[in-house]
Amino acid sequence: MIIRLENVNYIYNPNTPFEKKALDNINLTIDETDFIGLIGHTGSGKSTLVQHLNGLIRPTSGRVLVDGIDTKDTGNLLKVRQKVGLVFQYPEHQLFEETIYKDVAFGPSNLGLSQDEVHERVKTAIELVGLDFEKVKDRSPFELSGGQKRRVAIAGVLAMKPRVLVLDEPTAGLDPKGRDQILGRIKKLYEEKNITIILVSHSMEDIAKLVNRIVVMHRGKIVMDGKTKEVFKQVEKLEEIGLGIPQITNFMRKFKEKGHPVDDTVITVEEAKMELIRFLRSKENA
Amino acid sequence: MVDDMIRFENVTYKYGADGDDNQLVAVQDINLSVKKGEYLVILGHNGSGKSTLSKLMNGLLLPTEGNVYVNGMNTKEEENIWKIRKIAGMVFQNPDNQLVATIVEEDVAFGPENLGIPPEEIRRRVDKALDIVEMAEYKKHAPHLLSGGQKQRVAIAGILAMEPECVILDEPTAMLDPVGRAEVISTLKKLNRQEKKSIILITHYMDEAVEGDRVLIMEKGRIVMEGTPKDIFCQVDKVKELGLDVPQVTELAYELKKEGFDVPCDILTVEELVDAL
Repeated sequence: MIIRLENVNYIYNPNTPFEKKALDNINLTIDETDFIGLIGHTGSGKSTLVQHLNGLIRPTSGRVLVDGIDTKDTGNLLKVRQKVGLVFQYPEHQLFEETIYKDVAFGPSNLGLSQDEVHERVKTAIELVGLDFEKVKDRSPFELSGGQKRRVAIAGVLAMKPRVLVLDEPTAGLDPKGRDQILGRIKKLYEEKNITIILVSHSMEDIAKLVNRIVVMHRGKIVMDGKTKEVFKQVEKLEEIGLGIPQITNFMRKFKEKGHPVDDTVITVEEAKMELIRFLRSKENA
Repeated sequence: MVDDMIRFENVTYKYGADGDDNQLVAVQDINLSVKKGEYLVILGHNGSGKSTLSKLMNGLLLPTEGNVYVNGMNTKEEENIWKIRKIAGMVFQNPDNQLVATIVEEDVAFGPENLGIPPEEIRRRVDKALDIVEMAEYKKHAPHLLSGGQKQRVAIAGILAMEPECVILDEPTAMLDPVGRAEVISTLKKLNRQEKKSIILITHYMDEAVEGDRVLIMEKGRIVMEGTPKDIFCQVDKVKELGLDVPQVTELAYELKKEGFDVPCDILTVEELVDAL
C-alpha cells in the first residue's frame, strides 16, 4: 500500500454561499502494483481527489497517508510531493524555461542534488518520454508540437523520480498519434519502471487498453471500484451515472442479446476479433 | 457558380517568406468546392494543414498562390472581407478564448452590436440563436460558470447572431468531455438540417465525421482522401496509416472481413454491425 485515504471529506468555500462538497467520505487504498483508471463526469470530484494525493489540497476532515506520511504534516510535504508526481491537464502550459534541458532540470535542481545527479535524471526523464536527449536538450520547449511539449512537461515530473504518477487527462486535445505515443510511454513506465499510475480519462477505450483497476466517481463519492473487466460488466450502473463502456464491449453485449452465445466481457478490438472468429467458425462447422 | 459556398482554386499557403529557411508550406495546390447547405468534415492529424485551410475560408489568412472565393467573392479583395466574415463565421477550439462578455446574452449580442444593427433586431437574433443552441435558459448566466460544452454552444450562438450562411468550426470539441462533445455535435446537425447552414467541421475525431455529407482527409498540406463517410471508413488501413482513428466496430468489421468472413466494410455503428452479423 502506498497511498491511503481515510474518511476524506473536502468542501470548497466553506461557510459561504458557494459552499460545495467536492469529496464525500472517501476511503481508498492504492497499492504499488496498481494502474488505476479514475473515471467520472466533469464535476464528479476526480480532480479534487487527485490533488489530495500529493497534498496540494488537504482534507477538510479525514486523512491522506502517502507512504505512511500524513499530508497534513506540512513539514513532510516536500517528501510527499517527491513520492507522488502530478501531471495536470494541459501541462505544457507550465513550461517556462529557455531550453528543454533547463525546464526538465528545474524540479531536481531544487532538491539540492549534485550537478551530475541532476544531469543523469534529466537525461533519463527525457529518454523515458521517448525524446532524443541530444537532439532536444538545447531547443526551446515552445518550438515543439503539442504532443512533444506535453511529453517534456511529463519528463519534468519524472525527473523528480516519483513512485506514483498521477495524470489528469494526459491526452486531452491531442491527435490520435500524439495520444498513442503518450499512452505507450505511460504503459512502459508502469511495466518497466514499476511506477504506480493513476490515469484520469474520459476515454473508456483508452482505459480498457491500459489499466488493471477502475475507480468510478460520482457526486464526490467512489461508487465503483474493481478490476477493469468487472467494472465494465456493470453496464447498467455505469449508464445510470451517465458513463459508457468501450464501444466494442457495447457491441458484444448487443450481439449476445440477439441470442448469439459469445463472451460479452471483452474490452478490446483484438479480444473481440478472436472471440468472433471462434464463434463464426464454430457456426460454419455446425 | 453561386451554388458554391466556398471555392478554392489552386490554393497554396506558405508560412514565412520565400528564401527563409523556416518557410513552411502548410497547404499545397488545393482545389475544393463546398456546396451551399453541405456538411463537410475535414480530418487530419496535427500539422496536416487543416487549420490553415479553415483560416483561408473566411479571409483570416490569404492564399500565397491561387484564389479563395466565398459566395463568389474573392477573399483577396479588401472590400469583400467584412461581407465574407459575416457570411462565413468561425468557431475555434478553446471556448474560453472566444467569450468576451460577463453575461451569456451580452456575449451573443457582441457581434451584431458591432454591425450597427438596431436593438430590437439584436434582441430577436440573440433569442433565436440561443434557442437554436438550446441555451436560452442560461441567457442571464455568467459564461465562465458554464460547462465546456455549454460555453462552446454559446460561442456558436455568437456566430449565429451574425446570421452567417456557413459556419466553420476548427476542432470545437477537442477540449470537451464526452457529454460536451455530444452536445456540440448534435447542435451542428441541427444547424445543418433545420437551419440549412453550410457546416465545415475540422476535427480529428473520426466518429464525428459520421454525420457529414462528405469527408476530406488532409496530410502534409494536401487532400489525400475524399468521399462519403462510408467510402472513407471502408479503407481502415489507409485511414490508420494517416494517423487517424476509426470507430472500434468499423475496425472489427474490417478485421473480420480480412479473415474471410462476409462482412460489409461500411459499418459505422454498433447497430449496423449487429445486423450485419
